[in-house]
Amino acid sequence: MGILLKIVETTKTFLTEIGELSLFAQRFFKEVFTRPFEFKELLIQGYKMGNKSLLLVGVTGFILGLVFTLQSRPTLSEFGAESWMPSMVSISIVRELGPVIIALICAGKLSSGIGAELGSMRVTEQIDAMEVSGTNPFKYLVITRILAATLILPLLIIFGDAIALFGSALIENLKGDVSFQLYFNKVFNALKFSDIIPATIKSFFFGFSIGLVGCFKGYNCKKGTVGVGEASNTAVVYASMLLFIVDFIAVFISDIFFEI
Amino acid sequence: MKNENNIAPILKIQNLKKSFGDNHVLNGFSLNLFEAENLVLMGRSGSGKSVMIKCLVNLMQPDSGSIEIMGKDITKLNQKEMNNLRTEIGFLFQGSALYDSMTVRENLEFPLRKFPEYVNKSEELVLEALESVGLKSAIDLMPEELSGGMKRRIALARAIILRPKIIIYDEPTTGLDPITAKEIIQLMKGIQLKFKTSSLIITHDVDCARVISDRMILLIDGINYIEGTFKELSNSTDKKVQEFFK
Repeated sequence: MGILLKIVETTKTFLTEIGELSLFAQRFFKEVFTRPFEFKELLIQGYKMGNKSLLLVGVTGFILGLVFTLQSRPTLSEFGAESWMPSMVSISIVRELGPVIIALICAGKLSSGIGAELGSMRVTEQIDAMEVSGTNPFKYLVITRILAATLILPLLIIFGDAIALFGSALIENLKGDVSFQLYFNKVFNALKFSDIIPATIKSFFFGFSIGLVGCFKGYNCKKGTVGVGEASNTAVVYASMLLFIVDFIAVFISDIFFEI
Repeated sequence: MKNENNIAPILKIQNLKKSFGDNHVLNGFSLNLFEAENLVLMGRSGSGKSVMIKCLVNLMQPDSGSIEIMGKDITKLNQKEMNNLRTEIGFLFQGSALYDSMTVRENLEFPLRKFPEYVNKSEELVLEALESVGLKSAIDLMPEELSGGMKRRIALARAIILRPKIIIYDEPTTGLDPITAKEIIQLMKGIQLKFKTSSLIITHDVDCARVISDRMILLIDGINYIEGTFKELSNSTDKKVQEFFK
């Protein structure tokens, strides 16, 4: 009976959170098109998010391409299909691995960062101070961060994909004597618009999810300093979960519109 | 209600009620704040002082009652009208609430950004406000580089930068050493004399109340239990009142 009650309670809390997150997203869409527009803050946030994540995304992308190529080589060699390596790696990275892994890395970095920042602003009454001074904190803090994450993530993913392909090309060059020119020729021959477009479109939704969850958790943080840590932690968990759900939906939809 | 000079209050709260579930925090609280008056509101922790001031600036909605600021009932204002009215109210938060990611200059410029007419004058206004609190040299420092007392002063400078008609002080001396607390109290008095503002001071610091108050209200059990000057209240024989002045 106790376990059943706990399950009911957990489900109730989870559904309440989903409902509140939906209302938060609804408020975003309601206010994003109304004046005043905080362009300066949007640029600052975009710069901060992009600049701070660039190195992390670069290193992750490089290792991803490197390891993926190293691990796939023996299997392809067994079938004498090493020449397929650039096509296989590029399609895998551009379509799925690059966007998902880089988005997960960014969920960890950006979502927790936004959650902690807004959470501590809430706890120390900075958000109240903003509201009292006649500024709409939702516009100034939330809309700018969600928009910045939405716009920056596709750029980070493109950058990460490029570095991953470079990492892969490096291994092919060292292990398989494939020149960089030949490798990238094969890559561009293999890639189609139907690989790039759905991946790019879904990366906007990944960015939106990361920004939305981070802001939702931070903006509604209420339990003192403990709440800040909790907001930061749960932001990562929720954002990661949401990324997989968005990815599933995106793959499902692109399967309808593009022949995968 | 009008005072003895027949002047209408600049801030009028009537029969304010606010509950959180079964916890009735405000049970019909009323107050009048007159022009250029220093009104001190005292109450024990959890007596509803913070809830009352949050209702006052519309950070929280009361269950019932009315709040009139400069003749406008804030419960009937839309967001834009409320934001405009908020610029007439300065607010000093208990923890100063300076924006961590901004310098002192940016903190002070923040309330000005809504007003295009202040864009060219912002430097002048920032320097003037900082001069009023004696911290002109801190203009380019970050909040983390300031002491608790300095933060409170900067927060005070930010509160007065738009020349508000009303300033609300939420526990202005809490967490400060006695000397810094005295300095802050003197600063508050100086600002009131210089700008002729009306001040609502929420505190449980008796020294602060004695120095600064023109009138006092004790908030007990969610209502204004007793009103009067510091002398009248401190000489009261009521046990609940006496507890504050022991």
